[in-house]
Amino acid sequence: MNKKFTKILATSIAAAALTATLAGCGKGSASSSTEGSGEIALWTHNAGNPDELAAVQTIVDSYNGSQDKVKIKVQAFPQDSYNDSVVSAAAAGNLPCIVDIDGPNVPNWAWAGYLKPLELDTDLSGYLPSTVAQWDGKPYAVGYYDVALAMMARASDLKAAGVRVATIEQPWTKEEFQDALTKLKALGKWEHPLDLGTAGTGEWLPYAYSPLLQSFGGDLVNRDGFQSAEGVLNGDKAVEWADWFRGLADQGFMAKKSGKDSTQDFLNNKSAVVYTGSWAVDKARAAIGDDLVVMPPVDLGEGPKIGGASWQWGVTSGCSDAEAAMDYLSYSLKPENIAAVAKATGTIPASEEAAAQIPEFAEGGTNRIFMDFSRKYAVMRPETPAYPFIATEYGKAVQDILNGANPKSTLDNAVKAIDANIKSNGGYKN
Amino acid sequence: MATVPLPTRPRPAAPEPALPPSDAKSKARRAHRRPGFRREQLSGWGMIAPAALLLLAFIFIPAILGFGLAFTNARLISPRPVEFVGVENFARLFSDPTFYRALLNVAYFTVIVVPVQSGLALVMALLINKKFRGVNFFRTVYFLPVVTSMVVVSLLWLFMYRKDGLINEILSAVSFGLIDGPDWLGDPNTAMPAIIILSIWQAAGFHMIIWLAGLQGISGELYEASQLDGTSRWQQFRYVTWPGLFHTRSLVLVTITIQALGLFDQISVMTQGGPMDSTTTIIYEAVQSGYRQQETSYASAISLVFFVLVLIVSAVQRYLTREKD
Repeated sequence: MNKKFTKILATSIAAAALTATLAGCGKGSASSSTEGSGEIALWTHNAGNPDELAAVQTIVDSYNGSQDKVKIKVQAFPQDSYNDSVVSAAAAGNLPCIVDIDGPNVPNWAWAGYLKPLELDTDLSGYLPSTVAQWDGKPYAVGYYDVALAMMARASDLKAAGVRVATIEQPWTKEEFQDALTKLKALGKWEHPLDLGTAGTGEWLPYAYSPLLQSFGGDLVNRDGFQSAEGVLNGDKAVEWADWFRGLADQGFMAKKSGKDSTQDFLNNKSAVVYTGSWAVDKARAAIGDDLVVMPPVDLGEGPKIGGASWQWGVTSGCSDAEAAMDYLSYSLKPENIAAVAKATGTIPASEEAAAQIPEFAEGGTNRIFMDFSRKYAVMRPETPAYPFIATEYGKAVQDILNGANPKSTLDNAVKAIDANIKSNGGYKN
Repeated sequence: MATVPLPTRPRPAAPEPALPPSDAKSKARRAHRRPGFRREQLSGWGMIAPAALLLLAFIFIPAILGFGLAFTNARLISPRPVEFVGVENFARLFSDPTFYRALLNVAYFTVIVVPVQSGLALVMALLINKKFRGVNFFRTVYFLPVVTSMVVVSLLWLFMYRKDGLINEILSAVSFGLIDGPDWLGDPNTAMPAIIILSIWQAAGFHMIIWLAGLQGISGELYEASQLDGTSRWQQFRYVTWPGLFHTRSLVLVTITIQALGLFDQISVMTQGGPMDSTTTIIYEAVQSGYRQQETSYASAISLVFFVLVLIVSAVQRYLTREKD
């Protein structure tokens, strides 16, 4: 009896101790890899994305081989849980030295004090503007690439309908677009000639549709100080945009809810014009070849617009060896490295030198047009820490408007929520 | 409810409880037993310690912290110090039309799901509580959706519910093209009913198992006796089965209700609360504001309100289903 009892007690104490260690474990382990031994941790969202991860790993390996002061260690997360991982690591004070960040989140993280302003040897002035994330007048992150939205169609379809192919010199105007859709619909080949990807969720909604709003002359928030969305997101121009957007569905030009994969639907001839990103072009060209035309988005008044910024790299403020981290970033921005990543991912390389190394993106290349779109039309999503909040409110408003909610009151509600959020955070000032 | 006295069989005699020890004897005994008794108590504590610790670390402390956060302006990401703001979050919550819509949706969901799902589960349990060839096959089939993760189920049904999905194709085929089904999840009128059907289908099997356990706990002799009395099938169900399921009933009712109030997975995968808030729920709102909008304190306030609601609803249920005598 006595022995048995001691045994039980010992076991439970051991179990309790183990639990306590496990609970405490989260703290120690992450940072241990960043201290001592000259090892620097790098976190990326690429776990589910083997091509890009391999490209990043190659850069890291070549950097590790180029000097023997520090070693970069890559830790990859699945994209879905990446932001949560960083945020919880930040809360526990265990951020790695180098992180990658979705462009529009950079101001939020910089404001929160996660990031250090960049001090690189590389001259970033020639980079695509949308690949350098600024906040408070300082660069906080830089990306190897950007992506661009465009409209794709089959030249043969446009010809059959008697519609001109839009070009960068002469994009479609709102009236031309209306006319084009009417003619395409009249061909009777498609239930909905246009596919704007309305089944998308999350960040897709602000990424895809706020440029349309901006092309009308509205915006997500007043960019002068970023203190309010009043009059910008619910002004006349914004309501006009909402009516137009909703009208596309009402006239039967597009589905209120498109298919899950817009590109595939387009290739299967379920739509005539698809609004999607540069990431889809290789697949589309492989499927329909020279019949494919890539056109800029519609000029709805203020010129065509597309969203700027994709994944970028930053150095965390708690990094014990920021100098080494900056050194690595500078090294990784060599044109051949950027070209390797852009090639692996089919994205637009951030710098002209890198573009020159990829035939598709070099002067005269088949995908060069996306680089031009990016340079000419990219509008950064508002560079304010309030962006994540604004994005969700706007996304919800877009869906509600599409489903028939009153545009004015829906936008008014979004503005009310956004303004309240900004105010409750003291204007997100530093 | 009116219960008819049942012919009860004398139970097998329970082991005689030890006689309360008489004074003189007991004193001596107690003195003798004490160390052993304490040891047992200690080992008891020792044995619950790991579980208690885990509960404390992962359930109680986070819950208390969460309730505390509801009265502050804490955010998921913020360089600003956390400040106490009193009931500001609650004031905002109670003036938010989306919150009331969420309450209404959850109430709608619960009111339909609780009776229909428990009833269906009972019918399924009655059907398979028989001995016939292949009964295990049916048990497995009914239980299958439960084993499948709700996320997977939601993804599958997402395709079935589409405008050109399986359900509309079937509707069109059986009606010779007369019925053109709606976009089930895209229409504010049909989105919630669609989710209700899916939810009932997915979880009925689980409650079927609980009903089945209850059914098998009813003594077969009661059925024999009622057969001797010449009862009909219905009378047998009414006077033997139904009263025999008393405790199972309370359990099923309470678990289904709590599960229904916590509706989240289906919404998150299938509709994201839309279209036009027609499927948003309290938990979905909490997750949405807590993570996507980074307003930890507001999400905590929502959770606290939800906690109180669940508490009230289950207390009322406990009261209504208590043993009256």
